[in-house]
Amino acid sequence: MPIEREILLQMYQSMVTIRQFEERIADLYARGLVPGLAHLYTGQEAVAVGICSALRDDDYITSTHRGHGHVIAKGSKLNEMMAELFGKKSGYCKGKGGSMHIADMDIGILGANGIAGGGLPIATGAGWSAKWRKTDQVSVCFFGDNSSNNGTFHESLNLAAQFKLPVIYVCENNLYGISNPHENQTPIRDLSVRAMAYDMPGQTVDGNSVLEVFEAAQKAAKRARAQEGPSLIECKTYRWRGHHEGDPNQGERYRSREEIAQWRKKDPVERFAKYLIKEKEATKAELAELDDAVTARINESVEFARSSEFPLLEELYHDIYVNEG
Amino acid sequence: MRQITYCKALNEALDQCMAADDAVVLLGEDIGQFGGVFQVTAGLMNKYGKERVVDVPIAEAGFVGAGVGAALTGMRPVVEIMFMDFTTVCMDMIVNQMAKMHYMFGGRGKVPMVLRTNIGAGRGTAAQHSQSLQSWFMQVPGLYVAAPATPYDAKGLLIEAIRNDNPVMFVEHKKLYITKGDVPEEDYTVPFGKAAIRHEGSDITIVATLAMVQRALDAAKLAAEKGISVEVIDPRTLVPLDKETILNSVKKTGKVIVSDEGHKTCGAAAEISAIIAEEAVEYLKAPVVRVCSPDTPVPFSPPLEQAFIPDVKDLMPAIERLAQY
Repeated sequence: MPIEREILLQMYQSMVTIRQFEERIADLYARGLVPGLAHLYTGQEAVAVGICSALRDDDYITSTHRGHGHVIAKGSKLNEMMAELFGKKSGYCKGKGGSMHIADMDIGILGANGIAGGGLPIATGAGWSAKWRKTDQVSVCFFGDNSSNNGTFHESLNLAAQFKLPVIYVCENNLYGISNPHENQTPIRDLSVRAMAYDMPGQTVDGNSVLEVFEAAQKAAKRARAQEGPSLIECKTYRWRGHHEGDPNQGERYRSREEIAQWRKKDPVERFAKYLIKEKEATKAELAELDDAVTARINESVEFARSSEFPLLEELYHDIYVNEG
Repeated sequence: MRQITYCKALNEALDQCMAADDAVVLLGEDIGQFGGVFQVTAGLMNKYGKERVVDVPIAEAGFVGAGVGAALTGMRPVVEIMFMDFTTVCMDMIVNQMAKMHYMFGGRGKVPMVLRTNIGAGRGTAAQHSQSLQSWFMQVPGLYVAAPATPYDAKGLLIEAIRNDNPVMFVEHKKLYITKGDVPEEDYTVPFGKAAIRHEGSDITIVATLAMVQRALDAAKLAAEKGISVEVIDPRTLVPLDKETILNSVKKTGKVIVSDEGHKTCGAAAEISAIIAEEAVEYLKAPVVRVCSPDTPVPFSPPLEQAFIPDVKDLMPAIERLAQY
């Protein structure tokens, strides 16, 4: 079925927003304006956008330490995100969580997670909750290739399959677990074959093709909403930057410059732009206009973050418990 | 008033909470038809169905994490960990997820979840089924730690824990399950952070937790025969801790024993002793004495296990020593 133009342009805009957000963070980080750790999503935009485009606002996601892309694709607010990365009170987590813990319950973002494999059981529980409450919500779990070696991956898939939970497990295979290449971590090439062990559909898709990811996500979401159980989608992609912004030479210590250059040629954003132009869904000028509108929003978010206050010191003691502080 | 066992009191709390609120669901190993290894959940699956009383696979990280996800999305899960020793395989879910989501998300989201488990040696189950690790969880901000010593408190604290919006580690004692006491039939709660004075006395205070409460009462009786008047304080919840009641008693007696079945080093008793040293040292007429488990793994051989368990044989010398001052 052809995808409506409006949806295609939304996807494009979302991908460009992630790309520009991350590029800006790289710059702000280098200038010392963003503290802590920043794990950028650059190069993986098609995964988050392809998956989240198949979801409703009330569907759930859990995200990872490399979470900016997922939460932007799910609809989080740039101002609050940027302010959180600056550690400001106006941020999503009042400056208490930072880059790795963005959450927004209003749009089903159950938190990015600093623990590899940490989100898997939580997304499983959110799917269970949807089933208990008899809603037709879907729960999506984003996790990395190396998290699929974690016990929580196997425990979660087993639970979800056994109890037919409406969960979509999205393995984002960017080929590296920190500095460790995929082939050093796992004897199998396609992680989606692990679905077989849990009697659920497993599929490996081109994670740099937003449409291919979207198609797989729609199929899995339909299955989940029909109470038919979970699915596993492996998206093969690549992170352009290092593990985090402090990684020397963006990871050139453990991967070649040639390899990075080769993947940059498969740029998912540029590829999608070319597709839209070729299919006459948009003109080059229209896309450029969208790019500019995104830049304006990013600029606004940086301004918002910079001009916001840091939390008061007494806030250290707030929100430890519900109804206190 | 009718007398029922600690185990039945817990069962009744679960039953009444499940009847009152569809959001209350139970997850645990062998808790369904089997009723739990200690029979705390007996009969509940027949009454509420296997959707709400779920026999889960042996995968603690998976199902505790699923509890967190479910709690975040509108349910009130009560998750059973068969023995506290097994929390070691799901510590990420308890410590990094359940406990601190509310804080690290800046007050967004809540995790109204209860994790029921039990401590205590004395059943010949050796080093992996007998540990008393409650102090571990006292050190994690964001968790409440309940420690009922009587059937009355078991029911009232559990109902409070289930209805509380915060995550609660609910620590039972396996030797207490068969003890009987007065328990009202109706639904009632015991508030967190209110210690009970189990026995009034004027010479020595014993602050005792869980099974140590009865052991302290037995020792107080023996002490009375020797003309020593012992006051026994049961904190009932370790977090929040009712410092006021403890300190008032210490101010009255000036001599204090703190007794907990956890290890002596960095245990609950160590923390309570430190509070007394910080806040009431000028009232002390003698050093604070801790009566706890020795810093060894729990042994299997019956005489060794009996030597390991702190009880009257350890409390009496401490009382007599303090009486000398």
